[in-house]
Amino acid sequence: MEAVVFWFAAVLAVAGAIGVVLQRNPFYSVLALVVHLLALAVLFLLLRAEFLAAAQVIVYAGAVMVLYVFVVAYVGGLEAPLTEERPALRVLAVVFSGALLAELSVAIVGSGLKALDTHGADLEAGFGSPSQIGELFLTKFLIAFELVSLLLLIAAVGAIVLAGREREPEVKR
Amino acid sequence: MDIVWYLVLSALIFCIGAVGVLTRRSPLVVLICLELMLNAGNLALVAFARMTGTADGQIFALIVMIVAAAEVVIGLGVIVAMYRSRLPMDVDAMSELKR
Repeated sequence: MEAVVFWFAAVLAVAGAIGVVLQRNPFYSVLALVVHLLALAVLFLLLRAEFLAAAQVIVYAGAVMVLYVFVVAYVGGLEAPLTEERPALRVLAVVFSGALLAELSVAIVGSGLKALDTHGADLEAGFGSPSQIGELFLTKFLIAFELVSLLLLIAAVGAIVLAGREREPEVKR
Repeated sequence: MDIVWYLVLSALIFCIGAVGVLTRRSPLVVLICLELMLNAGNLALVAFARMTGTADGQIFALIVMIVAAAEVVIGLGVIVAMYRSRLPMDVDAMSELKR
């Protein structure tokens, strides 16, 4: 049963990824990315990461993708050509990525990690639950948690500065 | 399923994302393909968390998601600013720093 769910989600994730790259219209790319993210959430559930799967669906496939759709609608559906002008570059990119995939696969299989061919370690109850994630964030990873909140604040201010409408200089009376 | 399958799948998604970043020219699609690559990294992190039985990898993945959200916000802000100043929507045409 687990294998069936895994292969279903894996094929869906790869199909979504290929759809993202091959769609001409950026709007369809965003929709393919949503499919891809939902399939990844299923894989996270298989890996016993409940909280992460929920966050993936709500934050990523929900909020972030809505942001993308808004910007695509604002900029307009540009029917971007798939780089027909320089086919050599395209072939080179595919060759490079194929080499990268081969190298990564060899590195993974040849890493000598003994647990790679197992289902993973035995888990205690509550693994990946919101309570465990929250406890780790506030104890072991407190500094990372604070830094990331600061980063989000900076990003929000930066977005307003970049995309905000130019203000009219105030008229002095 | 064995952990190794998750890792190979993550490598495959990463490489598909790399093809997109290298070949597509619209900055919007390049950003979306970057998302793909970040998500492939996330999948590997969660698989390693399952492998070791500690939730540290899941925390890493969550932080990657937050960083990706920040990256999206800034990237889309840059794209909107480009659109406003009527710059061409083509990453190859944006080459002022080369000169």
